[in-house]
Amino acid sequence: MPVSSASSKAIFDALKKCDVRLMSALPETWLVHLIRMADDDPEMILVRLAKEEEGVGISAGAHFAGVKSAMLMQNHGFLASINGIVSFAHLYKIPLLMLISYRGTFGERDPWQTQGGNVTESLLRTMGIPYSFLDRVDTVEKRIRQAQTLAESSLQPVALLLMRDLMWEE
Amino acid sequence: MLRLDCLRAIYPELENCLVVTIMGATAAELQSLGHRPNFFYLQHAMGLASSTGLGLALSLPEQKIVVLDGDGSILMNLGSLSTMARYRPANLVQVVFDNESLLSVGGFPTATGTGADLEGIARASGIPKALTVRTVEDFKAALRDALAGNQLTTIVAKVEATGPSGYVTELSLLENRFQFRRHIQSLKRR
Repeated sequence: MPVSSASSKAIFDALKKCDVRLMSALPETWLVHLIRMADDDPEMILVRLAKEEEGVGISAGAHFAGVKSAMLMQNHGFLASINGIVSFAHLYKIPLLMLISYRGTFGERDPWQTQGGNVTESLLRTMGIPYSFLDRVDTVEKRIRQAQTLAESSLQPVALLLMRDLMWEE
Repeated sequence: MLRLDCLRAIYPELENCLVVTIMGATAAELQSLGHRPNFFYLQHAMGLASSTGLGLALSLPEQKIVVLDGDGSILMNLGSLSTMARYRPANLVQVVFDNESLLSVGGFPTATGTGADLEGIARASGIPKALTVRTVEDFKAALRDALAGNQLTTIVAKVEATGPSGYVTELSLLENRFQFRRHIQSLKRR
């Protein structure tokens, strides 16, 4: 499978360096290695979800408990989480570190992913969610740390878009 | 059976738990009995009270967590039952007040009024202990057993579709949220 193991490892290691100890996830192709790494790591609580919106509540519970968490999802999972983000995370000022695989952009071969790609960034902007991109392995660690720092200081959801150039090896 | 009578019956038991409620009547009625810093009222995001309880339970395995849920809320997030069951934290108790109605928005009937069985759904989702109660005495006993036991439990409490005249309380949402987190951090330092 051409999902990059090296990039997945860099992301996982960066999350651990940021003291992330709970990850919620719903599998998608680009996330398979990350989810397996979380599952294999006894220091990480992995919560496999039925639907991504559950992750908002789980991360809120972890935040109340003082545990740092991250949410792993596809951009369609972000779409499925919007009410939870607005009516829980925004309403109650809950920091969320959302790692979103950005499907449906340049190079996408799966027709079913393409509509989600069209609306992801405009929705993030409309919702006032700060976001940046993970597109190079050498900036992964710094950017994850910066995203978490902003989420924790501003008490709001922050998104990192996982890009094809980072996650996929053609 | 009235939800308020149920809440009054278990109010002393809730003192040493972390409690997450859904919005509307449940939140207002629990507050009417007396707010405590270990109560968090999720005043929107229907369906996510159970997820919040799961996040708390997995993060704080030594702490008892009680979710006060409702039929309308859990029906919006039935997948949450399967996620709870997947990890089955022994320190989590979910109460579902089932009034077969979306009371806060005009009393429209939910699917539990036309046969959906939340106890059955919970059990079939893999929740190790699920039961339905119809009297305050049975409810109180069920919650006590669940708190004393070491098993993820869903208690479906069949209640009448009545509630307070209003739902807005004096406690602001953010004040509640910050107080709740601060309370948990103070417990951890003890």
